[in-house]
Amino acid sequence: MTSERRFPVRLDVRNGAVDMSHGSGGRAMAQLIGELFRRYLDNALLAQGNDQALFAPPPGRLVMSTDGHVISPLFFPGGDIGSLAVHGTVNDVAMAGARPLYLAAGFILEEGFPLAKLARIVESMANAANAAGVPVVAGDTKVVERGKGDGVFITTTGIGVVPEGILISGDRAEPGDAILVSGSIGDHGVAILSKRENLGFETEIHSDSAALHGLVAAMVEAVGEIHCLRDPTRGGLATTLNELAQQSGVGMQIREDAIPLRPEVAAACELLGLDPLYVANEGKLIGICPPDRADDLLAAMRAHPLGADSAIIGEVVEDPHRFVQMETRFGGSRIVDWLAGEQLPRIC
Amino acid sequence: MRYIDEFRDQRLARRLAKTIAAEAQPSREYRLMEFCGGHTHAIFRYGVQHLMPPNVRFVHGPGCPVCVLPMACIDQAIALATQHPVTLCTYGDLMRVPASERKTLLKAKAEGADIRMVYSTQDVLRIARHQPHRQVVFFAIGFETTTPPTAVAVKVARSEGLDNFSVFCNHVLTPPALRTILSAAGPRGARLDGILGPSHVSTLIGSRPYWFVAQEFGIPVVIAGFEPLDVMQSALMLVRQLNEGRCEVENQYTRAVTEAGNRKAQALMDEVFQVRARFEWRGLGILPDSALTLGEAYADLDAERRFPTQVAAAREVRGCECPAILRGVKQPTDCRLFGNPCTPENPMGSCMVSSEGACAAYWSYGRLREPARAGAATG
Amino acid sequence: MCLAIPARITAIDVAADTAKVALGGVSKDVSLALVEGAAVGDYVLVHVGYALNKISEEEAERTLRIIGEMGLLEPAQDTGLSEMAPASGTGGRS
Repeated sequence: MTSERRFPVRLDVRNGAVDMSHGSGGRAMAQLIGELFRRYLDNALLAQGNDQALFAPPPGRLVMSTDGHVISPLFFPGGDIGSLAVHGTVNDVAMAGARPLYLAAGFILEEGFPLAKLARIVESMANAANAAGVPVVAGDTKVVERGKGDGVFITTTGIGVVPEGILISGDRAEPGDAILVSGSIGDHGVAILSKRENLGFETEIHSDSAALHGLVAAMVEAVGEIHCLRDPTRGGLATTLNELAQQSGVGMQIREDAIPLRPEVAAACELLGLDPLYVANEGKLIGICPPDRADDLLAAMRAHPLGADSAIIGEVVEDPHRFVQMETRFGGSRIVDWLAGEQLPRIC
Repeated sequence: MRYIDEFRDQRLARRLAKTIAAEAQPSREYRLMEFCGGHTHAIFRYGVQHLMPPNVRFVHGPGCPVCVLPMACIDQAIALATQHPVTLCTYGDLMRVPASERKTLLKAKAEGADIRMVYSTQDVLRIARHQPHRQVVFFAIGFETTTPPTAVAVKVARSEGLDNFSVFCNHVLTPPALRTILSAAGPRGARLDGILGPSHVSTLIGSRPYWFVAQEFGIPVVIAGFEPLDVMQSALMLVRQLNEGRCEVENQYTRAVTEAGNRKAQALMDEVFQVRARFEWRGLGILPDSALTLGEAYADLDAERRFPTQVAAAREVRGCECPAILRGVKQPTDCRLFGNPCTPENPMGSCMVSSEGACAAYWSYGRLREPARAGAATG
Repeated sequence: MCLAIPARITAIDVAADTAKVALGGVSKDVSLALVEGAAVGDYVLVHVGYALNKISEEEAERTLRIIGEMGLLEPAQDTGLSEMAPASGTGGRS
């Protein structure tokens, strides 16, 4: 499967659609890969045309992560499933303090999916990968029958290498540690909701989908003793804080008025009866570090473009119940619970 | 956000809290029922109860239309969606409410029933217009706030000749429920000293319908706005009425509530609906003249007539105390199922699944004050 | 009861009986079927895609003022007016 192979008829990207032959492993699939995927996702390893990418890993400990992306709608303000698939896995790898090296991407395409849309998605993915400096070096494509997929599903797997001396893990939070967040919460979830047809409101909010490994590198360089890093994606800030509290066997105390929140996101959540603490983010992270390092960490985060609105939002405490408690901006107190299921808009 | 943020001001809250603490007489208790589930939610979400002195307490009322909807109604909605080729449209609040055999609308949807979540009755009309050859049923719930939107949709459907549109009507009325709570109040019922009246039901019905509370039952009412400062000011107004021996219906939510209410909306409701002779309320039993059904002029849009369904008799989960909690007689922590196994992930009854339900509010926001149940926290 | 949020009318479509409302930078279309005499610039309560009622700005300001007067000042802020006059409620019997 080299790019020099000729096909009798060029792929009609403008008007064509995915059909079952594109997943069958034969010429049609080769053409799809050669004339669509490889047009955008091109690098030395992919160009070899093997079913695997061969490379020598740099010295150090490796991390690996994988993520399936099933988002709907596929295109939203600030991104699409392609860029999201890159950012999501780059971030998962980066949350170990690692430098991401490579990505692999598996596509499951639904029969009938327009090639024009697929091309947009793949181009977006390639742009995101290039901007992040993390190439997609292996891939796979399958096709399922019409009705058995939601247009396209993408699974990305990433590997990275962790610098010497860094040990970042969700079970390392200790009572007294400071809790920081890298910017405003809820942007991605609201941007998505604004596109879903039955919630017709318009807003200027864009998804915050972004690759955070540069920010993480700056943070780790400034403060080697970071205990935990995690990006609050599905389920929002609240869910991720609860996960970390559980893993580390601690409680947390946060302050509502310290949490960065854009007015438009707040307003959209009011209208829908949603709590921004539970709304998804795709370009933010939570950092937990020893209290005496908090100011340095904050400064390092704020110095980076993706962390300009960073804030210290609370601290880790002893708590056998592992509650995340919040002082509300009203001056009262409540716990911030795990989300039961997906937060649904409510009328009452 | 104008008219929202100002009513959440922390500084004003602290000052009001001091006033309430100064005026609440230490020798007595003030048990104030917030009738409306939206108030329950606000109280817990902002932690208002922590700003009250210990002798001023909120008793949670049944004003959560999801909580008082009998299981049988959800069973019937699921039956509508599974026994007939219809698109069933519902507000998000109902998707996870447990019906018989732990079924939910969400599960039925996962199993293939055409059930769609909508934000507005306008969405239902859109869906009906979009698929003229398929029946669309709207699962209508809610108190008087949510009823006029259904009335509007019914009239629009009629005027546009949308034959495929119908309503499964479960709208309920606030004053009869209040009357039932108050009639049951007393030594064996909930001990109540005052009522915080609902915000948005009152914008529709006005303040007059509450006069009977003061006149017949001798219990003061303050119609309270939706924001936490409104709730606190209203609590203070009730404390003052009680201290001064007054028994009146006062309106704190004057920016949105008048004595007469929204006459246009009331006229629409009168035109489209008629009062049902009887309706079963979860927790409160069968109440006369407490719910609505489509009036004769619109009877052909009544989904119950259009689509007869078979449902078995519904039974509550054994041990579920939702009925007593809805009447204000018990607290969520009095229920032996609370926290184990009943949690928002695994709700046994509607009080846990609805975000306004007292149990959900306690679990999601208030557990830090309930050390006795702390062992269930990680469930 | 139920979730209703104040928002400002920014445009009205008389033929469709709808309005565009804005809240904190988010805008939404709502039906005006339940209100009368709504004008651009008015604040309305929004619930399930409908404007339920107009909000009286005058009453809103008045309520806030009374809340302010009802609140006891903290000692550090005491300007000598710490004894607030007993208020008769914002509406009395209504």
